[in-house]
Amino acid sequence: MVTLSTPPSKSDITEPVEASQEVTPLPFEQPLVNLQDKIDELASAGDDLSVDMNAELTRLRKQAADVKEKLYSDITPANRLQIARHPQRPNFLELVRAISPNTWIELHGDRGGSDDRAIIGGIGEIDGRPVMLVGTQKGRGMKENLHHNFGMANPEGYRKALRLFQHAEKFNMPIITMIDTPGAYPGMDGEEKGIGQAIAFNIREMARLKVPVISVVLGEASSGGALGIGVANKIYMLEHALYTVISPEGCASILWRSAEHAARAADALKITADDLMAFGIADGKITEPFGGAHHQPKVLANRLQIALKEGLSDLASASGEELVEQRYQKYRHIGAYELVDAE
Amino acid sequence: MSLRDWFAKKKQKARLNADGVNRKLTDDELCSIWVQCYSCNATLPRKAMEHNQQVCMECEYHFRIGASDRIQQLFCQEDDTFIELNANLGPADPLTFTDTQPYRKRQVGARSKSDLNEAVVTGIAKLHRMQEPNDDAADTPPTIDEAESFALGIMDFDYLGGSMGSVVGEKLTCLAECALKYDLPLVIFSSSGGARMQEGTLSLMQMVKTGTVLARLHDAGLLYISVLTEPTFGGVTASFGTLGDVILAEKGARIGFAGRRVIEQTIRQKLPNDFQTAGYLMKYGQVDRVVHRHNLRHELLELIRLHRISSGKTPKAVSQGQLLDFEVNPSPFLLTPDAEPVPV
Ligand SMILES: [Zn+2]
Repeated sequence: MVTLSTPPSKSDITEPVEASQEVTPLPFEQPLVNLQDKIDELASAGDDLSVDMNAELTRLRKQAADVKEKLYSDITPANRLQIARHPQRPNFLELVRAISPNTWIELHGDRGGSDDRAIIGGIGEIDGRPVMLVGTQKGRGMKENLHHNFGMANPEGYRKALRLFQHAEKFNMPIITMIDTPGAYPGMDGEEKGIGQAIAFNIREMARLKVPVISVVLGEASSGGALGIGVANKIYMLEHALYTVISPEGCASILWRSAEHAARAADALKITADDLMAFGIADGKITEPFGGAHHQPKVLANRLQIALKEGLSDLASASGEELVEQRYQKYRHIGAYELVDAE
Repeated sequence: MSLRDWFAKKKQKARLNADGVNRKLTDDELCSIWVQCYSCNATLPRKAMEHNQQVCMECEYHFRIGASDRIQQLFCQEDDTFIELNANLGPADPLTFTDTQPYRKRQVGARSKSDLNEAVVTGIAKLHRMQEPNDDAADTPPTIDEAESFALGIMDFDYLGGSMGSVVGEKLTCLAECALKYDLPLVIFSSSGGARMQEGTLSLMQMVKTGTVLARLHDAGLLYISVLTEPTFGGVTASFGTLGDVILAEKGARIGFAGRRVIEQTIRQKLPNDFQTAGYLMKYGQVDRVVHRHNLRHELLELIRLHRISSGKTPKAVSQGQLLDFEVNPSPFLLTPDAEPVPV
């Protein structure tokens, strides 16, 4: 038997970061880092430690554990934003490799002269079921990020995605999209090629797809750029992922007239997984390993795979028409309004 | 507010202006009589500008207009009618959002600035074709297609920058659902800075809500004409704004997804002066036609007529009572999720 799998090209994939690799701490984890430095300093004294110092070391370790516990129990949306943007956060292609280890056939191009590297798509296999996987790709490190344009797609990317969605529909393949993008790329060329139209058209056409669509927010899902691959029967969010109408920085610079208020904006916009579930937008939250997915990417990938398997089997029995109707009703009921007294 | 109230208010304003003519005028009063063109700086009499549909007589610059002016311009024939839908639907405050001001306070300000309860007016329109004087046809009976009925939505930039929150999404979705039920063509005039930040991700999802109902309209073979007017940006451009079977752009309107400043900062390059204008977009194939405001009504009616004839879709008669089905009865918004987390 021939296994139809091609290794992804070097420039497109990196191995998931493993726990053994040093994890870069985040700004909000600084109190913990300071404590850890103290502990390391003391511990390096080795056998020369006096009884007092040993007691001190134990005390510090206990304190570090408490601080860590508290940091994560009091976690703010702004803290989550740091986790969601952690340079070592598992990205789309890393997760594809983990959840579909044996099969990955990337399909390139929009057939209009371009192959946007900010949105990647291809066929994978989950639980023996062929699936179309499409996602925004953030790279690891500057070189890869430039290659993938930091996950910010141009019209060509959305048009490629649509081609793949329609391909999937033709062959009755469920679609899984993964979103991690600061938004569509705000460029001159994109405006001339109709970035707004490309996103709008994807929204409309995704609404019509007669196959199951599951969308997972991996990190930050920001503005219309996320929706261009985000219209789904089920939306899952990783625990620290955020789904927002505008980046907190963008919101702060408009409403507070300074990006320095980003933390306040992140809080006010109500963009966490729990918020989005309360609004009836997200359908599920995938718990991350303590401290964020980058600490144990494989554990996260495993949980993601389980969630996707469940989601797919939930939707497996629905007819094409039922899927379209369910998607319609899902979005139809999102919103909040009041009656105003007649003037 | 009904269409009649609009006209009443309009007249009242005109009377106020007339009262001040015989004494020395304050700056405010001068401003109520004269306007200055943003484009050529010409000083223009306000009355004449109103007559000219707020188009500068010197340079043809199209002033941005709100929903009430737009309605006044479109419904210029005696028998034209407009039945408004969901006039009393107003915004909630689902995030209890406060930036430098509470969202509730902004709503009050927007309401008094625009005279509207929200950033879009929707309803069912019936416009009559202007009868061309034609001696040869003097004794032919009037044809049955002398009027066109359609579902009409008009955004108003004066209400919080025409931003799309839950109410805009809901009103437009109800309007499209009404069009679906009665085989009506749909026309939406956009004028918007984008999604409304104060309603967070709920605003973002209105792009999907409007997009999915337009999928239904598309499948039903109904005509949707999108008219992009000064200015149309962000979430509106990336949803219903660009989903028209025909996309018209009003002359001079600025239309885009990202804002000019954001793009300039990103690409570190000056953009051409006419970047993101209606004409620029037509050059790049993004809109079907750039239309002068004076021709807009006529072009809309012609497009609707031609598509009606060829598709054979004639609007079903709809009574005011039947339209009540498309009035929203909002239930109090609950912040309790009914979705369970995915067990892992
Ligand atoms: Zn002028």
